[in-house]
Amino acid sequence: MTAALSVAAARRETRILWALAAVLVLTTVASLGVGRFDIPPGRVVRVLLSPWLAPAEPVSPIEWSVVVVVRLPRVAMAVLAGAGLALAGASLQGLFRNPLVGPQVVGVSSGAAFGGTLAILFGWQHLGLVGAAFAFGLSALVLVWLFASVVSRSNILVLVLAGVVVSGFFGALVSLVQFTADSQDKLPVIVFWLLGSFATADAGRAALLAGPVLPCAAALLALRWRINILSMGDEDARALGVPVAGLRWLLLVLTAMIVSAQVAVSGMIGWVGLVVPHLARMLVGADHRVLLPASALLGGSFLLLVDNAARSMSASEIPLGILTALIGTPMFAALLWRTRERWMDG
Amino acid sequence: MAEPLIRAEGAAHSWDGTRWQFRDLDFAVAAGQVTAVLGANGCGKSTLLRVATGLRAPTRGRITVAGTAALVPQDFARAFPYRVIDMVLMGRARHIGLLRMPGRRDREAAMEALAVIGLAGKAAERFDALSGGQRQMVLIARAIAAEPAALFLDEPASALDLGNQDRVLRLVRVLADRGLAVVMTTHQPNHALAVADTALLMLPEGAVFGPCHEALTETRIEMLYGLPVRILDVKAADRGFRSVVPLYRG
Repeated sequence: MTAALSVAAARRETRILWALAAVLVLTTVASLGVGRFDIPPGRVVRVLLSPWLAPAEPVSPIEWSVVVVVRLPRVAMAVLAGAGLALAGASLQGLFRNPLVGPQVVGVSSGAAFGGTLAILFGWQHLGLVGAAFAFGLSALVLVWLFASVVSRSNILVLVLAGVVVSGFFGALVSLVQFTADSQDKLPVIVFWLLGSFATADAGRAALLAGPVLPCAAALLALRWRINILSMGDEDARALGVPVAGLRWLLLVLTAMIVSAQVAVSGMIGWVGLVVPHLARMLVGADHRVLLPASALLGGSFLLLVDNAARSMSASEIPLGILTALIGTPMFAALLWRTRERWMDG
Repeated sequence: MAEPLIRAEGAAHSWDGTRWQFRDLDFAVAAGQVTAVLGANGCGKSTLLRVATGLRAPTRGRITVAGTAALVPQDFARAFPYRVIDMVLMGRARHIGLLRMPGRRDREAAMEALAVIGLAGKAAERFDALSGGQRQMVLIARAIAAEPAALFLDEPASALDLGNQDRVLRLVRVLADRGLAVVMTTHQPNHALAVADTALLMLPEGAVFGPCHEALTETRIEMLYGLPVRILDVKAADRGFRSVVPLYRG
């Protein structure tokens, strides 16, 4: 009966994962059709399949160009960024043993933002941009980790404050770069980039994002059961036979790489990495074996929907960072409200 | 005595190199034996378990374990509400490659461990929703799932009510009878008398190790805790019970 119980639970989780995957596929197809040049989902599928399976009504060059050349890179970037941020957020929450942690809270976003502004100031592009974002994103994450370890390993408040301190520091450096940047040329680029957007999406940028995100996400997913054990705390994990220090460094580097790549190509997109893992945990429970894939699938759909809203709500695009914050903050407030009793218990 | 699985030779530990938590510890635990470690708060019982399980290096001497050593920590708050089966599966970490997930054999081993503690029916429930006694049992199951040769328990029965104390102590005996070498720390001389074959008393002037009934004398227990005690032999239910009665001054 027990085995049946846990098998039933496993089946339920598998069903939810399949449902989330289906939602992502449907959202992707629908998103490729949404925009000023509307294409029904059925037609989108035919256009996508046309190189192999010629449809009855031939695909026009405009349809091909809109779906494959213009929208596909953007949709791919939104899915990759959303999935990556949620995956990184869920991993960091497990690693820091704290469901209140996200890429923004632990400083990696602001560190990567500084690296990115520096890159724009000096005119570094492509790999230079990603590299600079990664270098400072990882530095910020390590600083927060060291700070929190030295003061108090288990205190949530210390961790969040360490994040505030490091984010504040890199935020000041970003402002300094903005202050020194040429107000005609570089400053507007930096400002719009920081607000977050996929408006400049093209195949090259999509590849620049996919390059680091896909292998790092695959590695995080491969290690996801170990995150369960790391979340028990250092000593317990070591007693269970896990090489804690090495594994933790590996996970920190992988998450920093994903977040930095996202920041480098699309600017600051907050709240996804914090809110989506929470929602996923409500759906599938705490086990990281299920939580990580669920977060990735949910994060991809979430950011894709937000990006659709960003590009179709008004004539001029609304920056993505503004929208994710407007949506994410009330959602997070609602989540805090739901768990208020647990927090009051301490 | 059979070849010991756990052997301490002149083991000593100090945090700062001047004040010793414990020193010159010599003891041996064979398969099927339970050793109780007794000592005042702060005398280094928990540190001894950490040294024995390899979490800390001894300052001097050594403690060797032939085979895998599993540690059952004291219950503490977990960050995430894992299910019971997920908690027990963590015990399998040593048997699973770095990039691999627990497989069927691991799930079977975890379910077997839950069956040993009698909580197989709780596998799908949330760990944090269990009672304190059940959580302690699940942490023991997690250690068993590692298929260890030696089991180290840090005050397994301290925070429990009488019924649960008895359940955990019986389980400790069962595990030893299955061939494990067991070391448990305790603040209750009666727990030692109930299940332990040997006792290690961490007295301020030096440790005493020996058969439980010989090592635990009124004088030594009084030296250990600074409280006079009487040892009584009680006959009940056709069995003899030896019991330590503290003469509380409160």
